[in-house]
Amino acid sequence: MALLSVRDLQVDFTTRNGRITAVNKISFDVESGKITAIIGESGSGKSVACYSLLGLLPTPPASVESGTAHFEGRDLLAMNEAQLREIRGRDIAMIFQDPMTCLNPYMTVGDQLIEPLVYHRKVSKAAARERALELLEEVGLREPAATIDQYPHQFSGGMRQRVMIAMALINEPKLLIADEPTTALDVTIQAQILALVAALQRKRDIGVIFISHDLSVVADIADEIVVMEKGHLVERGDRAAIFEQAQHPYTRKLLDAIPAGSKAVSTAQRDDLITVNHLCTWFGQGKGREPLRAVDDVSFSIQRGEVLGLVGESGSGKSTIGRSLLRLVPVTSGEVLFDGTDVTGLEGLALKQMRRRMQMIFQDPYASLNPRMSVYDALAEPLLLHHIESRKTVEQGVLKLMDDVGLARAFVRKYPHEFSGGQRQRIAIGRALATRPEFVVADEPVSALDVTIQAQILDLMLELGREYGLTMLFVTHDLAVVRHIADRILVLYKGKVVEQGTGEALFERPQQEYTRQLLQSIPGRALLA
Amino acid sequence: MWRFVGGRLLQAIPVILAVITVTFFLVRIAPGGPFDSEKAVIPEVKAALEAQYRLDLPLGQQYLAYLRDLARGELGPSFKYPGRSVNELIAAGLPATAELGAYSLLVAVVLGGLAGVFASLKPNSAQDYIPMSVAMIGICMPTFLLGPLLVLVFGIHLEWLPVSGWGDMPGDKILPSLTLGAAYAAYIARLSRAGMLEVMSQDYIRTARAKGLPEWQVVTRHALRGGLIPVVAFLGPAFAGLLAGSFVVETIFQIPGLGRFYVQAAFNRDYTMILGTTVFLSTLIVLFNLLSDILAAWLNPRLRAQYGEA
Amino acid sequence: MSTEAASDALVAEQGTSLWQDAWRRLRKNRLAVFGLCVLVLFVLIAILTPWLAPYAHDDQNLDLGAAPPSAAHWLGTDIFGRDLLTQIMYGGRISLAVGFVATAVALVIGVTWGAIAGYVGGRVDAVMMRLVDILYALPFMIFIVLLMVVFGRNLLLLFLAIGAVEWLTMARIMRGQVQSLRQQEFVEAAISLGLSPATIVRRHLVPNALGPIIVYTTLTIPSVMLLEAFLSFLGLGVQPPATSWGLLISYGAETMEEYPWLLIFPGAALTLTLFALNFLGDGLRDALDVRGSGD
Repeated sequence: MALLSVRDLQVDFTTRNGRITAVNKISFDVESGKITAIIGESGSGKSVACYSLLGLLPTPPASVESGTAHFEGRDLLAMNEAQLREIRGRDIAMIFQDPMTCLNPYMTVGDQLIEPLVYHRKVSKAAARERALELLEEVGLREPAATIDQYPHQFSGGMRQRVMIAMALINEPKLLIADEPTTALDVTIQAQILALVAALQRKRDIGVIFISHDLSVVADIADEIVVMEKGHLVERGDRAAIFEQAQHPYTRKLLDAIPAGSKAVSTAQRDDLITVNHLCTWFGQGKGREPLRAVDDVSFSIQRGEVLGLVGESGSGKSTIGRSLLRLVPVTSGEVLFDGTDVTGLEGLALKQMRRRMQMIFQDPYASLNPRMSVYDALAEPLLLHHIESRKTVEQGVLKLMDDVGLARAFVRKYPHEFSGGQRQRIAIGRALATRPEFVVADEPVSALDVTIQAQILDLMLELGREYGLTMLFVTHDLAVVRHIADRILVLYKGKVVEQGTGEALFERPQQEYTRQLLQSIPGRALLA
Repeated sequence: MWRFVGGRLLQAIPVILAVITVTFFLVRIAPGGPFDSEKAVIPEVKAALEAQYRLDLPLGQQYLAYLRDLARGELGPSFKYPGRSVNELIAAGLPATAELGAYSLLVAVVLGGLAGVFASLKPNSAQDYIPMSVAMIGICMPTFLLGPLLVLVFGIHLEWLPVSGWGDMPGDKILPSLTLGAAYAAYIARLSRAGMLEVMSQDYIRTARAKGLPEWQVVTRHALRGGLIPVVAFLGPAFAGLLAGSFVVETIFQIPGLGRFYVQAAFNRDYTMILGTTVFLSTLIVLFNLLSDILAAWLNPRLRAQYGEA
Repeated sequence: MSTEAASDALVAEQGTSLWQDAWRRLRKNRLAVFGLCVLVLFVLIAILTPWLAPYAHDDQNLDLGAAPPSAAHWLGTDIFGRDLLTQIMYGGRISLAVGFVATAVALVIGVTWGAIAGYVGGRVDAVMMRLVDILYALPFMIFIVLLMVVFGRNLLLLFLAIGAVEWLTMARIMRGQVQSLRQQEFVEAAISLGLSPATIVRRHLVPNALGPIIVYTTLTIPSVMLLEAFLSFLGLGVQPPATSWGLLISYGAETMEEYPWLLIFPGAALTLTLFALNFLGDGLRDALDVRGSGD
């Protein structure tokens, strides 16, 4: 018999605009000793379904309309709050997405860790502490005895997630629900956490529900996969069935959205548009403090028409390089030659004219558009500023841009908050292209987007890049994406270039230890072949 | 932490010095001397008086002399009450004011904090609307209106409580403390409600619930500390407001406290008394601000660590 | 790529700007609408008082003395037989004027100061905000009392003194806004488009910083009015023959045992106005979705 058996679960939300069915009559089983992955994009209802099982949704606005969820023979959905509390944290435990916000910043890690044990098992605090130390050791925290009395802010993201895992396992639960536990982490840390979760699950032989938006993340660890779309369960099956013989078109779309293969590299030699020599960008100098060397003596060049990928984990300085090139942060030393001109020294009109030729596409489509300007205003601003269109022709110019980025002309008077993330990113791309730039820095342009949207935006960027003859610096943490889009790749670590080469060369024959480590961390490597 | 406290104490010194300086010169450039009201003072008497109060010296020397006195804790003689020093007058008024302030602060923190936390537990329900409406009344009803109204209702009509005095009759401390504390109780209720709502929507509260803790433990163990930090930070400004409010409340209820002395001194142009009281009260306020800042920082481990290393 | 734009005939859907959105939310908030109506009504009355008031400002009727509300005197008369409604209307002019003018003073100084500190940043910011910190630590209530004592009860000085206290918070809010906006990607985008700093401030920063400023301004007016009333109650604010609600309440409190209406009606006028402004401020805060503590 299944450990958890969900039947016909329906969850509705009451909103300002009426009722929305977030989870629509879904049924699935979770077996003991297996990892069941629930996959879906934002708004698919994957988290809502799991939270509703434990009564963790705020009611109202949420309400469980129908269904049963039998856990060891008892229906979770029929239980009252007191009965559910007995199960939460004892038999069923959870880990959440963002380890930065999920630990109480006002309590020491140790105090938070022992809470479930003390509350559910009535263990003495001293004994609970002993157990906590053992577990911290097991989840791979160095020197647990020294760190157990520290506060969460003294831990890195990966370490916090280990603490969260220890906290979930401290009562030896039978079922563990992990809600996107690695999404907020760097790729190498993600690989470690995934391996840890899989190892702990095998050792304890417990059931795990692993919620993720990313099929490749669960490719190595999931036994069963459930795919959800807009509240519906569209497909379920074991890992092999999903990855090799997916039936439902949505599942296939998700699989197709995983960027695969290296970009075919053209061998034609072209001249360099950008040459960066010994670039240093340091922050927080003075007052005898050691400056943060975000970018430390970096040199590279980009050929005309080339897409150069810049990969690195958080803190590697990859975004700072992009911003330094565009003069958005003050450069400490070195030179950036754009078509032969050093842009680091430009001021006034010369700088303004140079800015027209180089543009940026930002990561967060929610923050990169002025919320008080309509699409028309946002696109007309650069057209008028650089006299690309006159007041009379600007409307045609705006509409042309909207056509180019695939936005319906009818939306021209709408405001950013009325668009989805993907649409907003299209507006932002349109704004960057409005000045007819030769060079574009794209700073993680797809990492805030759902996977299927990601694929669309990447294709759009490649297509427009060809059409406009753009040279591009593509900054990302995602190795699969960069391999798909870039002609050449630069690997960055702590402000320095570790290795560079074509995608194929880098992926097949990495020269440096860090690059190898990075590549091994890519989830679902088998899929990328 | 100690560095932080030390640093803040050092920062307080120029503020207090600025208060002393500004007050001193403001009072000195005021039109009309202290003895102008008595019409025909004999010139010799006036000169003698001015010499006694050092008014015959150049302004700069008066200032330095005043600072020297201050360093010894001397606030100088009163203009209006010959033979009595400002120190004595403050000492006479302080107990009543301190007691009134303490009770009012207690009213504000206990009533306001409870109401705010209570309201935040069930937002947008009657449990929220009722205390918050009362709080809104508290904010919109000025002390000098609430006081007379309370007197009118409980003192004159119902005759439950004495209408004035301090420590003369049983229960005569209730109305003044309520009057003075009400507005701050209202502010604290709103602050603590907002703070609690903010904290209760944090991810770590969901973590606490996922552990299976009962709701009251989630609130007391996980939410309260973060939710009440804004309240603690507000205590400094609240204290300054309470002192100013005590001017009014002591006048309404005829309480022989510092506030009433201050207002009287203002009308009598008792310059040394104004000067001395301002310096005294300002120092008190600056120190209390410091205290509430330190307390708020201490409650937040992240700030504590920051100050620890800085 | 231009799949959705096949037809050249453009039927643009009208978008809803955030301002329109906020206005719609505000209109749904009954208390805020009530507050706005009361406020508009009171301001209109205050402007038109010389024509609307039933009696002249200095009309006395010593024979009548203090009389309870009647047909001739809707809100009764004071001990000099002056019509209370007339007194409240003229008092309202002063109270509202102090509220609006002093807030305007605070607004201009605070917003300019905060915007400069936030936009220029660096050492200029450090010095400017350090000054604000120091002034913040000063016990201003006591200082205003002192100013009133020293310089006499001068209405203009009152405006300036109150405005001088309230600008500090305004400056802090504005600086915080500008600083957080400056780090937003859309401002970086504006910079990389090549817009001049003045255009960036005008088109990208100010419209986005306006929300919190509007909310805080609405909430500053009642606190300024309260401060004026507080000073007038102590006899340190507005001076007779001019009058204000604080002064009327002060007189009313003296004689409340015999003539309670002299306390209750001016008190009601002040409280109602404060209610209206606070409800409006709270409503604006919700409608403009301004987070954080304005209290």
